[in-house]
Amino acid sequence: MAQPVHCVYEAEADHTKDLSSISHISSVSPLGQNLTVTEPKNSYSLENTFCTEDNIQHCVTYISQEVGSLGLSPVCVESSGSEVRLNTTSVLNLLYELLQLNRRKQHHLQELENQQLRHCSNVEHLQNNNSRLKDQLEHTRRENSGLHEGERQLQLKIRALQNCLRSEKEEVQKLQSIISSRASQFTHDAKRKERECVKLKERINQLLVDKRDRKLAIEMVNCVSRSDGRRGLWKTGKMEARHEGEMYKALLSDYEARQRSLMVENTELKKLLQHMKKDMVSILSPKNTCNKAQSTDSCSTAPPTDDSCSKAPPSDDSLGQGGSEVEDEGEDCSKETLEQVCGSAREQLANSIRLQWRRLKNHMHRLDSQVSLAASQEEMISIREHKDAIRCMTLELQRCTECIQTQHQLLQQQFSSPCDDDTAVLLNGGYTLEEKERLKEEWKLFEEQKENFERERKSFTEAAIRLGHERKLFEEERGQWLKTQFLNMTPFMDRKRPNGVRECRRASSLKFTPSKPAPAHLPSTVELYRTLQLIPDTRTPGRRGSNGFQPGPTLTKPRLRNSVTDCSIFSLLRDEKCHLEDLHS
Amino acid sequence: MNFSEVFKQSNQLCKVSPDGQYLATCVQYRLVVRDVNTLQILQLYTCLDQVAHMEWSSDSLFILCAMYKRGLVQVWSLEQPEWHCKIDEGSIGLVSSRWSPDGRHILNTTEFHLRITVWSLCNKSVSYIKYPKACQKGMDFSADGRYMALAERRDCKDFISIFVCDDWHLLRHFETETQDLAGVEWSPNGCVLAMWDSCLDYKMLLYSLDGRLLSTYSAYEWSLGIKSVAWSPSSQFLAIGSYDEKVRILNHITWKKLIEFEHPATITNSKAVVYKEVEKRPVIGTEDLSVHELALGSSLFNSQSKYEIVSLPAQVPVVKPDLDRANPKIGISAIAFSADNRYLATKNDNMPQSLWVWDMQRLGLQAVLEQTAPVRCFVWDPRRPRLALCTGNGKVYMWSLAGCVSVKVQAEGSFQVLSLFWHGTGDSLVLLGKDQLCLCYLATDEEK
Repeated sequence: MAQPVHCVYEAEADHTKDLSSISHISSVSPLGQNLTVTEPKNSYSLENTFCTEDNIQHCVTYISQEVGSLGLSPVCVESSGSEVRLNTTSVLNLLYELLQLNRRKQHHLQELENQQLRHCSNVEHLQNNNSRLKDQLEHTRRENSGLHEGERQLQLKIRALQNCLRSEKEEVQKLQSIISSRASQFTHDAKRKERECVKLKERINQLLVDKRDRKLAIEMVNCVSRSDGRRGLWKTGKMEARHEGEMYKALLSDYEARQRSLMVENTELKKLLQHMKKDMVSILSPKNTCNKAQSTDSCSTAPPTDDSCSKAPPSDDSLGQGGSEVEDEGEDCSKETLEQVCGSAREQLANSIRLQWRRLKNHMHRLDSQVSLAASQEEMISIREHKDAIRCMTLELQRCTECIQTQHQLLQQQFSSPCDDDTAVLLNGGYTLEEKERLKEEWKLFEEQKENFERERKSFTEAAIRLGHERKLFEEERGQWLKTQFLNMTPFMDRKRPNGVRECRRASSLKFTPSKPAPAHLPSTVELYRTLQLIPDTRTPGRRGSNGFQPGPTLTKPRLRNSVTDCSIFSLLRDEKCHLEDLHS
Repeated sequence: MNFSEVFKQSNQLCKVSPDGQYLATCVQYRLVVRDVNTLQILQLYTCLDQVAHMEWSSDSLFILCAMYKRGLVQVWSLEQPEWHCKIDEGSIGLVSSRWSPDGRHILNTTEFHLRITVWSLCNKSVSYIKYPKACQKGMDFSADGRYMALAERRDCKDFISIFVCDDWHLLRHFETETQDLAGVEWSPNGCVLAMWDSCLDYKMLLYSLDGRLLSTYSAYEWSLGIKSVAWSPSSQFLAIGSYDEKVRILNHITWKKLIEFEHPATITNSKAVVYKEVEKRPVIGTEDLSVHELALGSSLFNSQSKYEIVSLPAQVPVVKPDLDRANPKIGISAIAFSADNRYLATKNDNMPQSLWVWDMQRLGLQAVLEQTAPVRCFVWDPRRPRLALCTGNGKVYMWSLAGCVSVKVQAEGSFQVLSLFWHGTGDSLVLLGKDQLCLCYLATDEEK
């Protein structure tokens, strides 16, 4: 409680500090007022009454006494004869001290006033606080009373409900008792009625029997034989025994049948069990070894992380041993159980099965744990790989960007300083060397082609000249022949006529044939060249292509396939070839 | 599927002989015996009054005709048409008459269940069994016909008497732990006797042939209990249908509950197939419908109907029963196992239009047939796992694992199938109308 108040006080103190300046100016505390009022009075009285010419001595003593009581040095009096004279310096000193004292007191007073003010405001604040708390208290009290009222009401309600419940319970009980009584009454009535009924039935029976109902009769033409063909038998003890026997026989046969079916089921189940066991053993035994290997592997690869794996081998071993034992046991059991069905064998079987189960469970458990572990490891590995890959890629990227930057710089340099031819040439040379080489090769090829072409052209022209010569010769021959013919068309030569006609015919055919080869000659230049053996047949396809005698497309394909960069050069080549061909045609 | 011509019958009295050769029908006071294959009349007998009950003897040699009002029973021989036998129960009255399994004795229950009179056709002898209990199924013969179990009531206590049917020797007589025994039923192998209490208590008791109590089963208390009981043909299962709309299956080894089949209004079981019968006819108001029915007969109803498979979850129509009245229409009223023990068909009374088929191998719901009308009767084929049912209209419905079919009965005039039963070979169905009957021949495997 003290602390918050203190805090408030401090806060108030701050406040009062602010206020103090105002209070100094405007309003003064009542004490201060008193002082101001009393001071002039004192001065006034001092002027008027305290010291006169007569009582200077007295006054001085009084003053010195008073001053002494205040702990100051008394007033020094110089008595020179009768005249008492005050030592002015001491008096002034005294006065000064007194003034000092007064000032100090004043200051002190001020402080006290301030303190007083602060305390006042504190008190006020506390009073406020108090009143507020009182209000609060009142409020909570009221609330409390409200709650109390509510509780009371609820309690009342509960009581009422409890009463209700009790009454309901009572009613239920009553109803139940009524029901039971009714039921008993009903059963009683029913029994009574039934008895009555029975009595009535008896009576009817008696009456009917007594009356010797005439009508009650069977009329039959003749009796029929029994369905089984046998005669009816007398009721004797023997018959009874036989019936009993038959009944038991029937029951026995039923039980036997049931037992047989159960046996069949049992054997089937046993078979299944054996099968399962065998399966289990077969599943467990190879896997165990595998696991052992795995676990050891994993141990060697990741020794610190997987404790379970490092623990696994010993447990595995023990299990393996246990398993082998169990296996033997199981086999023994199976043999036994197949032969005999006794309790011990069953127990053994059950035990072995239980063991197997436990093993299987353990195994499964371990597998699960391994799987989870492996999964986590895998994840870790993958993450690590991922990170590595990322790092590699970033490095590569950096390298690439650096490379690009340098290239860029070089390019810039190149562009910025075209005067520096040597370096540019050098650089360009570096880039275009390969291309140049290729171009050179192409050029060589082209040159070769050109040469070939020239040669062919020459030979062609030669052939044409030769042809011309031949033609000329032929023309001459023809003229000769015509001349001879003409000369021969004399009556003297009549005998030779048919021969001549024949010759003439041949000549005409000969005459017409030369005009024919001319058009056939033009398109099949290639053939002609081939026949003239101008084109060597044994050549590589590339070479043959480069000769330009093959049609375009067959040539372009391999070329294009070889390198895309060659395209422009090739097209140039082709163009030139076309040009050549044009020229040729 | 072929249909024979329509024959007359009365009181729905029509039975095929146990050997499957003859078909006996009663028309008023006449008894007509026909050959099943040719449907030609072989014999015609005239009884003294309108026949109320008719039954073949187990060897198919005799036919019993009971006229309850007169207290008379007449027996006819198929081999010797001139032979006849008349049994008069006299003034004591007659409420039930039946053959004993040997076919040489007739058991007549007198009025008020005063006694059971056993008449022998071999030697005219008569014997009485007193105090038979009047209940749902107070008497049952074992499947091999050797034993008869009879519920009796003496001194307000239930007793069971086991008789040897050969000579009516009382083999066992014991008191049962029931409040009010409602029925007894032999297991098909004849070694276990199931008996159940009246609907006021859910209690099923299983007794051995020699009278030992094997087991007692009670699913719940303070509510209406058992409504129907059925043994599986292999005696392996005992199905108990109760008023809580559930079927409980007991096993034959521990006699404990194997499974509980509920009949929910919403079918969500994904393995079940819900077939819904859809009629293809214009919708007519119900008032018009009744008028039309009266005026035009069922010509209007000769419309086709087919089954549609409803996607799950399917809603089964439920009728809210009046629970304040006695015998409320709620709970499993009919259970039947298929001949191969594979399927179980059930009918829940507050879902009268639906028939439920359960797979006993999977122990789950197999199919639900939602008919347009309440299911009247359903019977399993005695040879194959297929089910025939009728809903009182002119159609026969069949279910098998392959699916459902709805077949209109091809008969002159209107023929509303009220009841049906199979011929023993499973090749034909006998359809019974109000006063007509018709045979329905199913395509046999050879024909297929």
